[in-house]
Amino acid sequence: MTTMTTITHPASPPATALQDRVGPLDAARHILTLAWRSLVQIRHNPMELGDLSLQPLMFVALFAYVFGGAIAGSPKAFLQFGLAGIICQNALFLTMNTGVAVNTDITKGVFDRFRSLPIARSAPLAGRIVADVVRQLWSMAILLAVGTLLGFRFHTNPVSVLGAVVLLVVVAGAFSWLPVLVAMLVDEPEKVMMLGFVVVFPLTFASSAFVPVSTMPGWMQAWAAVNPATLLVDAVRGLLVGGEVAAPALGALAWAAAIGAVCAPLALRAFRRRS
Amino acid sequence: MDNTIEAHGLVRRFGDTTALDGVDLAARTGSVLAVLGPNGAGKTTAVRILATLLKPDEGRALVGGYDVVAQAQQVRQLIALTGQYAAVDESLTGIENLLLIGRLLGQSRAGARGRAAELLARFSLADAGGRAVKTYSGGMRRRLDLAASLVGRPRVLYLDEPTTGLDPRARSELWEVVRALTSDGVTVLLTTQYMEEADQLADDVVVIDRGRVVAVGTPGQLKAQVGRQVLTVSPVSAADVPVVARVVTDLSGAAPEVTPEAVSAQVSDPRLPQAVLQRLTEARVAVAELSLRKPSLDEVFFALTGHHAVDEATEPDDDRSAA
Repeated sequence: MTTMTTITHPASPPATALQDRVGPLDAARHILTLAWRSLVQIRHNPMELGDLSLQPLMFVALFAYVFGGAIAGSPKAFLQFGLAGIICQNALFLTMNTGVAVNTDITKGVFDRFRSLPIARSAPLAGRIVADVVRQLWSMAILLAVGTLLGFRFHTNPVSVLGAVVLLVVVAGAFSWLPVLVAMLVDEPEKVMMLGFVVVFPLTFASSAFVPVSTMPGWMQAWAAVNPATLLVDAVRGLLVGGEVAAPALGALAWAAAIGAVCAPLALRAFRRRS
Repeated sequence: MDNTIEAHGLVRRFGDTTALDGVDLAARTGSVLAVLGPNGAGKTTAVRILATLLKPDEGRALVGGYDVVAQAQQVRQLIALTGQYAAVDESLTGIENLLLIGRLLGQSRAGARGRAAELLARFSLADAGGRAVKTYSGGMRRRLDLAASLVGRPRVLYLDEPTTGLDPRARSELWEVVRALTSDGVTVLLTTQYMEEADQLADDVVVIDRGRVVAVGTPGQLKAQVGRQVLTVSPVSAADVPVVARVVTDLSGAAPEVTPEAVSAQVSDPRLPQAVLQRLTEARVAVAELSLRKPSLDEVFFALTGHHAVDEATEPDDDRSAA
């Protein structure tokens, strides 16, 4: 780097006076720039591209063709029941990526750099949220498209489908405070992924996601009935193919609110301690 | 304004430990202030407070005349921070990292592109600019990290142990960058464990130990403050070392430090070297080397704090060094 010594750095003071606050337009721009950054990462990260696109595709195909016949008689019949479950499981799994990304930013010092910039205080977090919503929508779109291709049919109206999408985004958003909390407590991003296996797998499989709860042993039925994943799956299923919506949707939202209310303050407290 | 950075009585506690226990700092505009101290002395805590990342429990700090707590937003428009670890996004390319910072600082798309290209070229990263940073060597990451700090043309640059783990060549290259920046009027505050670094770069040095300032001054003043000069004599034949030691003890009146090859002693009487040489000539001892030097900053540090600045455990690790 022989050219390093030629660096120039004009000494003139900034032409404009320093601002004492960030305007709302600037804040929006910061948020979008940071969201762009989170999404552009995907391009250089084949693993994440797989998480977002390939994994949902494989899950739909494997569940439909491997278990479909045994569970529901045919792949098509299974999808009618199970696609809602696959979508919910996928949405909860994606929140692990949020935790991984937050942990990486903190341990690598990227977060400190953002915080030392004259940008809106909320921008790093809000940018992350915007990017995560885009990720969620992207993989839901793939799941619904692949499902439809393999025989799934909507039995409700577009407003209900939109309702399902909004419900999923809201619940996943609140749920993501759990991986974010873990991200604040552990020293390596990989450890956040562990949470996916010890929490999301049991949560979603011991629910109404893939099989009717009535086929499970009694003790598991008791758990499955109050399991937040069951409530979310039932509501989404109702919104996509018909059935009861209000009660499970409210239950899922209550769980989401509870998880967010517990984990968010703890995560912020852990973050303050860490810095 | 004389001092771009001014801190008074900074105190910061973490639970039961007091990381900073009343630290005063001042850096003149366009100068390099080195904050020198061992691991855990409180250097990073001080930098984090001055970079608005941490609030002090007590005390006050001004950067460019702005209060780091009450006017943090203004301070952030003046500063840039390069930490001990390269704070760049490994999933992005070099260009994308610099574009991200430029856009966040309100540069236009074209302006940010231009600045990114300029900085990549200056830090010899032009060829690697399109590659994801995770493929970079440790040295390349550190250069990109510094480039990212310069995107917004900061008036104040904090470098938190910028050369820890760098090989000597990369280290002296970074020193060149710092010198060029200060000649453009940038004020640099750098923390270091290396005496040589402070000696090479700093206009002023603040030595801190266990959260307290133990000495302040120019590198020369610090050396003079502790510093009687050190006389070192090496005979041609190692067998003569005991003779040399006896002569030096006789003349200086104190026990010298003796190694297998040489004898060293602090000098208070300026006539001592000549007297030693004369006695050795009479004793027919051939002298290979006789030197008189100021104490190194490491010796200064030892004299001020009672322990050495760098212990074995904190030596730089190799995996971060430049390729």
